Amino acid sequence: MTSQEFRDIFYNGVWKQNTGLVQLLGLCPILAVSSSVVNAVSLGLATALVMTLSGAAIAPIRQLVPNEARIPVFILIIAVLVTIVQFTMNAYMYKLYLVLGIFIPLIVTNCIVLARIESFASKNPMLDSALDGLAMGLGLTAVLAVLGGIREIFGHGTLLSGIDMVFGEAAKSWVFTVIPGYHGFLLAILPPGAFITLGMLIAAKNWLNLRAERKLKGANATIVPIEGGCSPAMH
Amino acid sequence: MRRTIAKASLLTALNLLFFAVIGTALLAITYQLTHDPIAHSEEIEKLKLIAQIAPAGSYDNDIIRDTMQLAPDALLGNDDTTPAYLGRINGRPSIVVMQAIAPDGYGGKIHMVIAVRRDGRIAGVRVVSDQETPGLGDYIEIAKSRWINGFDGKSLGNPDDSGWKVKKDGGSFDYMAGATISPRAVVKAVHNALQYFAQHRDTLLQIRGHAAEQAEKDKGENQ
Repeated sequence: MTSQEFRDIFYNGVWKQNTGLVQLLGLCPILAVSSSVVNAVSLGLATALVMTLSGAAIAPIRQLVPNEARIPVFILIIAVLVTIVQFTMNAYMYKLYLVLGIFIPLIVTNCIVLARIESFASKNPMLDSALDGLAMGLGLTAVLAVLGGIREIFGHGTLLSGIDMVFGEAAKSWVFTVIPGYHGFLLAILPPGAFITLGMLIAAKNWLNLRAERKLKGANATIVPIEGGCSPAMH
Repeated sequence: MRRTIAKASLLTALNLLFFAVIGTALLAITYQLTHDPIAHSEEIEKLKLIAQIAPAGSYDNDIIRDTMQLAPDALLGNDDTTPAYLGRINGRPSIVVMQAIAPDGYGGKIHMVIAVRRDGRIAGVRVVSDQETPGLGDYIEIAKSRWINGFDGKSLGNPDDSGWKVKKDGGSFDYMAGATISPRAVVKAVHNALQYFAQHRDTLLQIRGHAAEQAEKDKGENQ
């Protein structure tokens, strides 16, 4: 893999094809866990880990799997990896597991994982596939972090609340009270708040893209509409 | 033609089987490797929770090993047999830690643990898991508010039956405006658990005196 390929895969995963803002895949967990930064980032990183592992696990065996059976086999491998991650977290990172426990199994049903396997890992070598999974996962984590941050500030007036669940009691002092004496804005914490915030983030990204394009090509550039999404049946 | 289809299907099936076997083997190995650490950390976590509601000094035994199994009971809301923990001082039962489920939370079941002292007073209650609305009904969790401490020291007679409700329903327990379903469910479940304790006090506290046996016999004959 050349460094140019490396950069392409990374840029593609984190920005150009960002799962949260462009592909809009796997919205279910995004909306469910992004009510605080700690939850959002933790699940984002767990998803990134699963995506990296599954990319690395499936790319080498892609020639062994017959075309008709590939989806069940891929899902099987993803499910095994997720369960191994779940067991390992449960055994060695118990505090974090208590916070994320119920979301970890949901990674299996997150269609972004299967989507990357199907569209990338089943056609590319092992290292590229692992990197693609990692880049996509990090892109998702970044969106989750921003989404969680905005919702937490508007919803609770804090930032990083619950960090002690990840780093222990000592981390309690890291919690940042952005707006002291704030009573909370319920809409930001409930799922509609996630939709509205995500919509604004997508708009912001499109605006940035459009501006960059205009700079490049002059004022006549137009935005290419976003396509795709995840079929509801996947969740 | 038919043969090739059959052959292809068979190969596909074998392929699936192959990966299923590998996957199952990997999971079995991981399960074996992580089983003991998981059980260990779960025990520590359980003990921490028990220490929160059963204050130091209210027992001196290894409470986590002193368990009994409680059969499903409508008053506890449990569908399966659940363990209860018995604290003792000098071998004499002093406190019981029971699990109870409120079936009627806003977002489904609310799982709780309740510590009841020998004299029937509550030592502490904690919500273990719930799906109440974040920022609205979740003040029943100790992480969000101290509301749950309102049960400390309460018992069946204090307040009396009509007082075991939220203030909105004419009872004596606080609630927060806009979210009465969650506290209502918790208050009811705690009240039920206390009734369960009262009905099964002798069994729970392992009182095996003559009077208790007589009482059990009477109860058996009445049924």
